[in-house]
Amino acid sequence: MPTYNLMINGNSQSVEVASDTPLLWVLRDHLDMVGTKYGCGIGQCGSCTVHVDGTATRSCLLQVSQLEGKAIKTIEGLSEDGLHPVQEAWKEVDVPQCGYCQAGQIMTASAFLENNQNPTEDDIKNAMQGNICRCASYKRIEEAVKTAAEKMG
Amino acid sequence: MSTLIPSNFSRRAFLRTSSIAGGGMLIGFNLFTACKPKAEMPIDISQLNYNDFNAFIKISDDGMVTIFAPNPEIGQGVKTSMPMLIAEELDVPWEHVNVVQGKLDTENYTRQIAGGSQSIRFGWEPLRQTGATARQMLVNAAAVRWGVDASECTASQGVITNAAGETLGYGDVVKEAATLEVPENVGLKDPKDFKLIGTDAQNVDIDKIISGKPLFGLDYKAEGMVYASVLRPPAFGKTLESFDATEAKAMPGVIDVIQIGEKANHLLTNKEPNWTVQLGKSDKVVVIAKTTWEAMKAKNAIKAVWSDASPMESTEFQDRQLLDLLDGNKFNTMRKDGNVKKAFAEADEILERTYESPFLPHNCMEPMNFYANITDEKIHLVGPIQTPEPTAGMVAAMLDRDVADIELEMTRMGGGFGRRLYCDFVLEVAEIANAIRKPIKMVSSREDDMTTGVYRPAIKYRIKAGIKDGKITGYHLKEAAINDNMYGLIPNFFPAGALENYQVDVANYKSNITTGAWRAPFTNFLSFAEQSFLDELAEVLDIDPVQMRLDLLQKVKGTEDERIEYSAERMEDVINLVVEKSGLRNPKDGVYQGFCAYYCHNTHIAEVADVVLENNQPVVKKITVAVDCGVVVNPLGALNQIEGGVIDGVGHSMYGNLTFEDGKPQSDNYNSYRLIRMKEAPKVETHFVKNTLSPTGLGEPTLPPAGAAVSIAINKATGNRLYKQPFADNMNKKELIG
Repeated sequence: MPTYNLMINGNSQSVEVASDTPLLWVLRDHLDMVGTKYGCGIGQCGSCTVHVDGTATRSCLLQVSQLEGKAIKTIEGLSEDGLHPVQEAWKEVDVPQCGYCQAGQIMTASAFLENNQNPTEDDIKNAMQGNICRCASYKRIEEAVKTAAEKMG
Repeated sequence: MSTLIPSNFSRRAFLRTSSIAGGGMLIGFNLFTACKPKAEMPIDISQLNYNDFNAFIKISDDGMVTIFAPNPEIGQGVKTSMPMLIAEELDVPWEHVNVVQGKLDTENYTRQIAGGSQSIRFGWEPLRQTGATARQMLVNAAAVRWGVDASECTASQGVITNAAGETLGYGDVVKEAATLEVPENVGLKDPKDFKLIGTDAQNVDIDKIISGKPLFGLDYKAEGMVYASVLRPPAFGKTLESFDATEAKAMPGVIDVIQIGEKANHLLTNKEPNWTVQLGKSDKVVVIAKTTWEAMKAKNAIKAVWSDASPMESTEFQDRQLLDLLDGNKFNTMRKDGNVKKAFAEADEILERTYESPFLPHNCMEPMNFYANITDEKIHLVGPIQTPEPTAGMVAAMLDRDVADIELEMTRMGGGFGRRLYCDFVLEVAEIANAIRKPIKMVSSREDDMTTGVYRPAIKYRIKAGIKDGKITGYHLKEAAINDNMYGLIPNFFPAGALENYQVDVANYKSNITTGAWRAPFTNFLSFAEQSFLDELAEVLDIDPVQMRLDLLQKVKGTEDERIEYSAERMEDVINLVVEKSGLRNPKDGVYQGFCAYYCHNTHIAEVADVVLENNQPVVKKITVAVDCGVVVNPLGALNQIEGGVIDGVGHSMYGNLTFEDGKPQSDNYNSYRLIRMKEAPKVETHFVKNTLSPTGLGEPTLPPAGAAVSIAINKATGNRLYKQPFADNMNKKELIG
């Protein structure tokens, strides 16, 4: 099987996997980074969201062979100490219920706020529309994104 | 109404203490039952066994408190709110409390089930009693040290103070306290003295959740663990005939391909299922591989031949069966007051309506999964399950093992909604692990999860009312459901008790499609049917729908009917509160409001939905909620539950729909099954009725009224009455966004 060198959270990682293995499963099963969650496998729910070169991307649809030379960031690497403004906002607002989708929500929100530090309500809703929360904590997610925007702005 | 739920446990016998190695006091306690006479307290914190105790509290010599909370967490916040009850009476600062998920006890555990919105209700008194008793022991120990009477000492926020003003921290006296006799009849605080209950406490796992730490079943790993992907029948009614795994076995990472089902099918043929279901009585094919992805991929390469074992049903066929049942006379009567037939014969006018709902999958974001490692000595099970005790029993029976061989660890659950009450997937992984004798985790794909579910059954209601001289003289509700009918006291919910001639009849059609509990079982749809009907009835009677409820409730006051568990007074309170807060009497221009009031899962709720028309489409903007759940233990958590339940209720009544063709579910992932997303989620504004009554749960009761309030508001906006869920499909308006 081929070997791929990936740059994840600033660290170089080498994995030996089939070329079509999705990044999601490379992270979870090969690298023991389980913060990125499996939800649907077809890019519909957003639970597996990571940043690739700063863009929020569904890791379940990204084959490992497409990723050499790209900077990958996962929830584990979003901040050193869990104190990224988005994480702080999530804590302040006490967003999670079951919590399963929240890493994906946070990764979507943090990439979005890098490019839009003064979002309107509609901007936030459009940005977060691709992430399902089955517990329907949507109102708190919206509030936390707003809070994070204030912290980052 | 009393402040406390009566309890029957012996105050003396429910709690034991010991000193533990390394310092500190350990308290073991049993909720609801006395400790067994031979129950032994562990002396080492690493050896907590839950065979004799439900849970433990450790008070360290630095005053820090660790609560080993056994209740599984599925997102309803009990892992936070239940320890709050202990900490309140123990009287320690919440910052000094650490909560650790307990492992399962396989015997003797009562109510280690999350579901039915009951955790907080049943824990209310015993958990506070435990905290109060522990506090008294610490006070007694301090009094002995000082040589004073314990009544001269007080304890607050982890510090004991005597009459002379001297102080000792809890940690200073744990050693002595652990050796003292357990006091009896320790008094509980007056609710007005609560320091912690009623204040906001964050989800105790929040730091781990926001930083991606392993918490869930899917995150669990063990040395040498391999993965299983299970090929189950493609349609309800199919059974495995044969399979060819040649191609799959040659794929990367694949360790083996095996057939399972014999043990589970034998068990379920010979033993009454306890919190499990049997999908098609079929054998299954299992791919065992080094990684999840390799197992899932190889599963798709299995060439299986399925034969027809039982009829393959379609939604159209089932709809006909249910309508035939409603037209027929094969009913069981659940409640009968007076004579509805006579009332209808004498009526001036009859209103009769039929309400229809589809199957719904649970769609927990974390798909079903479980870990097992089975040796001759031990069965180790780890994962997300709401019913650990029955699960352990079923696994032991299936494998002909002693239940004491089983160690079951519960992980945090990525949603439950009722699905994780059923342990079918644990039986699967146990059968696999028993065959291969390797540590292994079964992981369902989203498609597996959605197409081999334990669905909310399709149900139809037909409600008929008779009107004479402008009054409701008879009310007859008929239920036709797939597999099972409403149970317990549901037939006695409002308007039962308010009408002289009242009857509830039920009938079911037995299908091979597996069904079970789904967040707020039965009431999740019954509420829509009844509340919509009452609204239409008020229109026919030309009376105000709020006033109609209030008038009916007058007749329930002082009832001696013990089956009536809802309170007319508490219902009035939520109705009045929601009317005031929603602006129902002074609606804004262009805002159409739908009102409903409902009682279920021990909680009284009234909701008003605000709908506006945008481009001639009804859009749900806001739901105003009035809740009487007694004492609100953790408002921050309670509001989260309420908002989630309401939006879930709006989403599923609007979009939720699983149909079947020839036994095959017609949706298998989120591209063909619509869940509510952020843009469609209305604003939720919650108001609590303030009282000091025993708390009731909030995981379920806010969901049922939401769909009803929305349908009534849409009727106001468009003039169309909705009788069938999902609303979006049945209005031919796909984009109801807000």
